Amino acid sequence: MTSTRAPRNRYLSDNPRFLAGLFMAPAVIYIVALVGFPFVLAIIYAFTNISTGNPELNFVGWDTFRRVLDDPVFREALWNTFLFAVIANLLVVVLATALAEVLTKDFKGKWLVRFLVLLPWVAPVSLATITWLWTLDSIFSPIDWVLRQLGLITENVYWLGRPGLAMSSVIAVQTWRIVPLAAVIVMAGLIAIPGEINDAVAVDGAGPWRRLFQVTMPLLAPIIAVAVLFGVILTISDMSVVFVLTRGGPTNSTQVLSTWAFIKGIEGGALGQGAAVALFLLPVLIGITAVVLRLARRREVL
Amino acid sequence: MAVVEVRGLTKHFGDVVAVDGVDLQSEEGEFLVLLGPSGCGKTTLLRMIAGLEQPTEGEILLGGESVSGLPPRARKIAMVFQSYALYPHMTVANNIAFPLKAQGMDPSKRAAKVQWAAGLFDIDGLLHRRPRQLSGGERQRVALARALVREPTVFLLDEPLSNLDAKLRAAARDDLMEFQRRIGITTIYVTHDQVEAMGMGDRIAVMDHGKVRQLGTPEEVYHHPADVFVAQFLGSPPMNLLESMYYLFGFRPEQFLPEGIAESEGARVPFTFHVNRIEYLGSERYLYGHIREYEETKIIAMLPATVTLPIEVDQDHKFSVARDQLRFFDRDGGQRIPPQALNR
Repeated sequence: MTSTRAPRNRYLSDNPRFLAGLFMAPAVIYIVALVGFPFVLAIIYAFTNISTGNPELNFVGWDTFRRVLDDPVFREALWNTFLFAVIANLLVVVLATALAEVLTKDFKGKWLVRFLVLLPWVAPVSLATITWLWTLDSIFSPIDWVLRQLGLITENVYWLGRPGLAMSSVIAVQTWRIVPLAAVIVMAGLIAIPGEINDAVAVDGAGPWRRLFQVTMPLLAPIIAVAVLFGVILTISDMSVVFVLTRGGPTNSTQVLSTWAFIKGIEGGALGQGAAVALFLLPVLIGITAVVLRLARRREVL
Repeated sequence: MAVVEVRGLTKHFGDVVAVDGVDLQSEEGEFLVLLGPSGCGKTTLLRMIAGLEQPTEGEILLGGESVSGLPPRARKIAMVFQSYALYPHMTVANNIAFPLKAQGMDPSKRAAKVQWAAGLFDIDGLLHRRPRQLSGGERQRVALARALVREPTVFLLDEPLSNLDAKLRAAARDDLMEFQRRIGITTIYVTHDQVEAMGMGDRIAVMDHGKVRQLGTPEEVYHHPADVFVAQFLGSPPMNLLESMYYLFGFRPEQFLPEGIAESEGARVPFTFHVNRIEYLGSERYLYGHIREYEETKIIAMLPATVTLPIEVDQDHKFSVARDQLRFFDRDGGQRIPPQALNR
């Protein structure tokens, strides 16, 4: 560094510190205003008994959490969230890996298949879910119609109207929605496996199953872990699918924490309890994220 | 051990003809090198022998039996890849054991076999490491051990030394040769490095544009090139080539010597060599210039360090070539033709 300094304002655009601040400002403002502020607000609310009827901040300590935990609906929602996240993401891993294998092969009409696979992801969640709402309608469901025509059923299935079936339907739609993202992530991982590795597997005499389970899957593990992480976070924190399809019903059988937080806090007006429900899984998610990212990094370095 | 034979082997990639009707036969236990510039089809030819590419036309025989349509695993071949293609998530021991597991060999036999292969390449101490913890040379040995552990009948190598630095390469070449001699397995080795090819090959198949231009011992391809391509591809610097009225003729830079230095008895053909520039390389000197009457063509002479005769730049010098070191080629096709009278 020389001791002579250029006049500040003239060379402002050459000043790396000024430029760094300038370029980062939009992202920082965005995150602070739309993520950071609500997040802090939620934490504050969770320790008060604030409600839409009484918008005063009375700190009540862990009392709000205690009241939330005592609610049997909350406990059901917690269990449902767990089921929902685990089953949906297991399905996502299997389907996404299979799809990724297909999409990395060369065949005619590949662009069409790629387009169709990505469609659930690019369609707005609520619109796509409303389509499913119609598809699974208790009276006009086209699925029921087809099954009826095939003679497999005599009366409608009520996809969203019976507890176990409703949960299955919700899981299926959520899987349908997340699979494209996971498939694209896994596909990137597949493409990154050097061609000579697959050649070596062929020359070494391994068949397709051995290749899949002993070479491809272990090499994909870090990437699949990242895909699962995205899937779990999207399943636990996003309420659109459940809320549009069942609003948590029938009789709370598809109630998950995200919908319960909304119903309790926004529709029921108990802002403090809603915030407490929403924050409940935060430590768990942070834990999962830390572990997965760490594992992924470890596998990369080997 | 087996002989590899290909008949009329052709491979098209869309409109590109990668391999164009190649006929080639190895000998038992031979070290056969496929040499050529990048894109000449040598790797594609090797991959077809391995079964990794299906030929468009033609036949491949291993040990006298056609293997057309057979997958790689049914061919009893082993291949070492340019990047070694070790499985990064497996230990060295598991890498070597992988082909045996695929064969369904039982674990106790397998361990003994892995030990044997590791011993061959002196990597017993590395069995519990992972590929990333190994140096380039060690990785290569692991790749060789993995290839050899099944005791294949044919050994295919695709530029296995190109990822090593120069020093390691010489040592690895030495190891590879020593090992091949010991096992005596038929080996096909692809490279674009003529020094490797000359030094290692029992025979060299020089390839260009999907065709084998010449198949012969290193001496044959160097001293008696079948055509202009081979003459200019081999040798560094390449053969000097001059165009006369009826034919092309050439000579190697090291055969082009100043008058008075040349010791050979036989008839010599004199030239007047105008030297433009001298490169001093320690063990030899390169002289760049041109020959009177062929001013257009650049000529290189290579003088060993033992020739201490001072050479002045920008002057004419009397040089000569032994008559029997002149090579003649057809003007149109570039094929070698019998010695002609130099009419100047």
